[in-house]
Formats: sequence, structure tokens, C-alpha cells
Amino acid sequence: MDAAQLIADAQKRKRVADFGAGDTVKVHSRVTEGNKERIQVFEGIVIERKNGGLAESFTVRRIAHGVGVERSFLIHSPRLEKIDILRRGLVRRAKLYYLQDRVGSKATRIKEKK
Amino acid sequence: MKHIIGRKVGMTNVFTDDGRSVPVTVIEAGPCQVVERKTSAAHGYDAFVLGFEDAKIKKLNRAMRGRFEKLNVAPKSVLREFPLGDSDVKAGDMVTVAEFAAGDRVDVTGTSKGKGFTGIMKRWNGVGGGASHGSMIHRQPASNGDTNAAKTVKGSHRPGHFGVERITTLNLEVIRADQERNLLLLKGAVPGGRRAVLYVRRSVKSKTKAKA
Repeated sequence: MDAAQLIADAQKRKRVADFGAGDTVKVHSRVTEGNKERIQVFEGIVIERKNGGLAESFTVRRIAHGVGVERSFLIHSPRLEKIDILRRGLVRRAKLYYLQDRVGSKATRIKEKK
Repeated sequence: MKHIIGRKVGMTNVFTDDGRSVPVTVIEAGPCQVVERKTSAAHGYDAFVLGFEDAKIKKLNRAMRGRFEKLNVAPKSVLREFPLGDSDVKAGDMVTVAEFAAGDRVDVTGTSKGKGFTGIMKRWNGVGGGASHGSMIHRQPASNGDTNAAKTVKGSHRPGHFGVERITTLNLEVIRADQERNLLLLKGAVPGGRRAVLYVRRSVKSKTKAKA
């Protein structure tokens, strides 16, 4: 294995939460405001999980005050504290970009995996 | 010491302390040995020659074997002369990545990847023509200068062989210098493919002063 790969592997987290597109999650991330640090929680539906290795990321979408909000996180980022999986979604594709075009109650409607 | 020779290993990301992800090129740099010190008395100018990676004697021709024997050093596979500058080096000195620290700015010289015979859009950043509406000129060169000149001006932008050129990327930030593994992590891309030989020097133009 080359040195670049070793450097990448050394930064990866040992255990990555098992979740994918369609799941509803609560993401706890550390944010720095001035010189204070606190945990910020972002809850929504995972609409994609993309790239691989150290650069792997996922995007969470939620409707906040009637406006669609998306936030992307790097899975291996040290700023990511933890991910709670609230609900498993039953979806037929890996990228749920079609949710971006939806308005109202259909925008967040995803069947639950039984 | 301002110079070191290395080989490109590849690229990856590094998370900084504040959690940002920085793209880095990993370079296996040094240890290099000062093979020869050229002096104005003996050679007419001041310089030093760095050697990188041990070479098999079998793979050297007689001229090179003779040269190494005369200098009384282990044969090296990569040799390059650098201007002395204000550094004080002697033959036999070792150069490692310890010369560099995080936050320093460096320039990297190497040979770019070969692109073969390419058109003007890739080679000269030409804009090409329209893609549709019956344009019929898609990726072709359009004007090439004065039509009254009765000759083609030298150096005009035409398709042709691109890549395999000497390229220097300026002012790259050192993210980490790993002395144990002889690795240099620089922010951003450098010329050449994996295993390409690279020359790294303290940045010439950087406005950010090195932290001694």
C-alpha cells in the first residue's frame, strides 16, 4: 500500500454508521462559534451517499419552515460527532434527487422498511 | 537548504485541526545527499549537486561509475544541480524533509503527464465553436492571426503534441512534513503522474514568509 493510502486510512473512522439513502437520521456535528464549541443537530432524510474512501460524504435534506434545506457531511470528518438512525426508508434508488422537486407532504414521504 | 528531490506518491485528503478537508499531494522526498559541491574556484560558479535514491552500479554506464568513484559517494539514480544561494553546504551533507515545516511555501518542478496529440481547446485553452445550430465548427482552431503577413508567425496556437513538459507549480503550502517516513504533504496538485521525479524548493515568489 502506498503512503498516500496509509495517510488516508489513518484518518478514517473505525466504525461508520450503517445507513443509506432514504433513511431518516439525526446528525450531531461540532460547530465552532467564536471560541465556543457546541454540538449542532441536523435531522432529515439522507438523499445520497457518494464518493468513496476518505472523501465519502452524504447529504441530508429537510424541510425547514417550508423551505428545503440540504446539508452535506464528510463521513470521516472529525467534526462529525455521531449519527442517529431514526427510521429506515424503503427506496428503489441510491440517489433521491427527485425529492428536490417535490413540494408539500410528498417532499418527505418515504415508505418505511419493514 | 532550500532544495530537495522526491517522487510523487499520489493524492489524498487531510483533515485539519479545525475539521476542514484539504486536498494534498504526497511526495516521498529525500533523504538526498550532497554529492558534489561546485565552487567558483574549480568550476567557475557556486552550486551543489543533490543525489536521490541509490542506484544499482550495474545500471550505470562507465562515465557515471567513474564520476561517482571520483566523488567517493554511493551511486545515485537521480542527480540534479542547484544554485548555492545563501546556504552553506558541504559534499556529503544529507538533506531530509526536516528542512520543511507545515506552513512553508514551496515550488515544485516536474514533468507533466503526456497528453499525446491534442487539439487547441485542450492545448491552448481555445474556446472552439458552437456545439449546435449547424455551427459546423466545434473544436477547431478559428483565427490564427494576420492574413496579410504572408507567413505563419512562429509560436502560433495549433494542435500538436501536448504534455511531457517541464512545469513548475508555484507557491504550494506545506501541510505536513513527516520525517519518519520522509513524506512531504503539499496542498494541491503537482505536475506528473505517480512515481514522477519532482524537485521541491522554497517558494521564490511567496509573500508568506517562512517561519524560519
